[in-house]
Amino acid sequence: MEKIWLIIQREYLTRVRKKSFIVVSLLAPLLLAGATLGIAKLNAPSSADEVAVYDESGLGLLARLASTEDTRFVPTAAASAEAATAAFKQAKPKQAALLVFSKDFSLDKTGGVRLLANGNMSLKRQLNIRKAVNKAVGELKLTRSGLNQTTIDNLKADVDLKAVDLSQQGGRENNAGLTTAAAYILSILVYMFIFIYGVQVMRGVAEEKSNRIMEVMVSSVKPFQLMMGKILGIAAVVLTQFGLWLMLSYAITTVVAPLLMKPAKALVTTSVSTTAPPASDAAVAAAEAPAVPQPGATPNIWSTLEGLPIGSILGGFLFFFLGGYLLYSSLFAAIGAAVDDQTDAQQFMFPVTIPLILSYIVSINVIINGDPNGPLAFWLSMIPLTSPIAMVMRLPFGVPLWQLLLSAVLLVGGFIFTTWVAGRIYRVGILMYGKKVTYAELSRWMFYKG
Amino acid sequence: MNNILQAIDVHKAYAAHVALNGVSLDIPQGSIFGLLGPNGAGKTSLIRIITQITAADSGEIRFRGEKLNPGHIAQIGYLPEERGLYKKMKVGEQLLYLARLKGLSKADATERIKQWIDRLELRAWVSKNVEDLSKGMQQKVQFIATVLHEPALIILDEPFSGFDPINANLIKDEILALREKGATIIFSTHRMESVEELCDNIALINRSHKVLDGPVRHIKDTFKTNTYEVEGKGRLMVIHPDFEVLEHKERENGHFYDRIRLHHGTTPNDLLRYLIGNVEVHAFREQIPSINDIFIRRVQETMPESLTEKELEVKR
Repeated sequence: MEKIWLIIQREYLTRVRKKSFIVVSLLAPLLLAGATLGIAKLNAPSSADEVAVYDESGLGLLARLASTEDTRFVPTAAASAEAATAAFKQAKPKQAALLVFSKDFSLDKTGGVRLLANGNMSLKRQLNIRKAVNKAVGELKLTRSGLNQTTIDNLKADVDLKAVDLSQQGGRENNAGLTTAAAYILSILVYMFIFIYGVQVMRGVAEEKSNRIMEVMVSSVKPFQLMMGKILGIAAVVLTQFGLWLMLSYAITTVVAPLLMKPAKALVTTSVSTTAPPASDAAVAAAEAPAVPQPGATPNIWSTLEGLPIGSILGGFLFFFLGGYLLYSSLFAAIGAAVDDQTDAQQFMFPVTIPLILSYIVSINVIINGDPNGPLAFWLSMIPLTSPIAMVMRLPFGVPLWQLLLSAVLLVGGFIFTTWVAGRIYRVGILMYGKKVTYAELSRWMFYKG
Repeated sequence: MNNILQAIDVHKAYAAHVALNGVSLDIPQGSIFGLLGPNGAGKTSLIRIITQITAADSGEIRFRGEKLNPGHIAQIGYLPEERGLYKKMKVGEQLLYLARLKGLSKADATERIKQWIDRLELRAWVSKNVEDLSKGMQQKVQFIATVLHEPALIILDEPFSGFDPINANLIKDEILALREKGATIIFSTHRMESVEELCDNIALINRSHKVLDGPVRHIKDTFKTNTYEVEGKGRLMVIHPDFEVLEHKERENGHFYDRIRLHHGTTPNDLLRYLIGNVEVHAFREQIPSINDIFIRRVQETMPESLTEKELEVKR
């Protein structure tokens, strides 16, 4: 037991002392913070799509087309539809599309409206414009039927649908965006860490083998101790890195970000308060506020996380990450032990990485885009090969306790089994040189004596 | 005699071949024991069983009379033929790590590392990475790692490979010094001259069987062929039923060199008397077989079909 501790120490210290580790640990949170800020900035609707409107119908639809954060409707000065098209072609980079209401457009017909654009328009843009047009036409119809504007405004349905998760104590307010984001981030972390550090385990073993230090080592320690020492030492490295990232990003977001965000904060409040402005006002407001709120970078990210079951997420994340790491890295260790050099490792890595990659892709489709508590999601989060990623992805959505426990037990069973298998292969492989290994060979190793 | 290690009827088979077939050995305490055999004979398998890297299929190894168990690991030091170190680790740290894995305390290990570093003139390299050292230097570090925990039994597989003659001598002296201090050394090598020089006892393994063992002197005696080398001047014509000329060389100025085997219980003195009557004798000595000759002869006897002397020469 003392020996395995020595091995863990060595594996840990040699890695943590490396410059690359320190650089990655310090830079990653900064890069991540920078990237989120950057993405938020790019996504910010500061440049709303400008849609030129040419109206021949004489219904005065332009005034009724409400500009929103995403779309801004502007009139064209052109005298004819052809001229408007030509003008639009000239203004190409500035204007996203040209909306034409033709002469024969009437409130009773569905045809007569065309949307012209250079190239294909994104579905989202089309939907936005269609929504605005439908709304404008609908309002116009209501007016024509004799209702006055106030009545129409009063009739407008503006329901704020609040989803509440009853499984949480006191009925936690369901924040779908945050939950989904958390599911994405946590699962990609698990996936990345398992992959990166699993491969590190494999490299470490292969290096010991090609350095020919194996025989020296196994004359003092049991191969299994050597393997587990390496796996656990690297696990400690991952946890250190993860802890550092958590601390640093906490520091960045709570200490540094508010300082940077102060001027933006005022704007956030103003733009939020101007709810449902009339069409023209909204366009002005949008023009006045170039530095519009950046949802991802609101100063205190941590307070918004209060909507999530942080304790169970973090605990579950650590457990399923470690379980998954132990399960996969022991397989990686076996590969490192079985092959003579890195290039041979490819063919054996394939069957190990496939379930890892698949569980990530399938989980996204099933859990985030599908039903996080459906039967497929359930099975994905039970099978030990996929559960580390699938279960972590389900965590923010809330998972029944019995499922968590069952999955945990299965995962522990799974990694005990893989470390056993890997240990058998490792033991034989580390002293086997110059032999092209096949799967049949590997399975035979498992049953070798002592 | 007091044996530190006994192997009793050890068998070990792998999927494709039998590595050891009923091998028994007695290794006396405080001796240097040469474990010889052609490549693939089963030496490494035996060593790996002794060092508990693998286990025998059947048979028993006894260390100081006890059945070999993990508790003995700390008393055995093993320098494998396939050896290496962590390249990116500093010499001092590496030695400390390997010593502590053998169960040495940090303080003890540090103290002993200091002594050995000075003895083998590695002081300047302690805080260098292993990859910055020359191959000979690395071998020295490896040697220190093998003996640092003062094992009672030291197993050295080709310890001189990679050393220049000066450093090889340095290591040889260290090996002898270790024996003086009471350590037992199992020495596996293909370099017969170092076997002659160092070993008290040898065992020869061929094709998974032990084909020869015992004290070197005794083995040499049994392999003597009653052959004598004669140098002298004159015309030597041996016509005698008891003296068989194996080799005859004429040299300049009427000098000659002969190898003569005695038969039917004749003594060297009989031959000498016969020679003195015929020629002028300048030199007369018994031809003692070298370990090299014995090795080749014994290996060929036990597998005449597969290896010729020439092939063995190449293999060495």
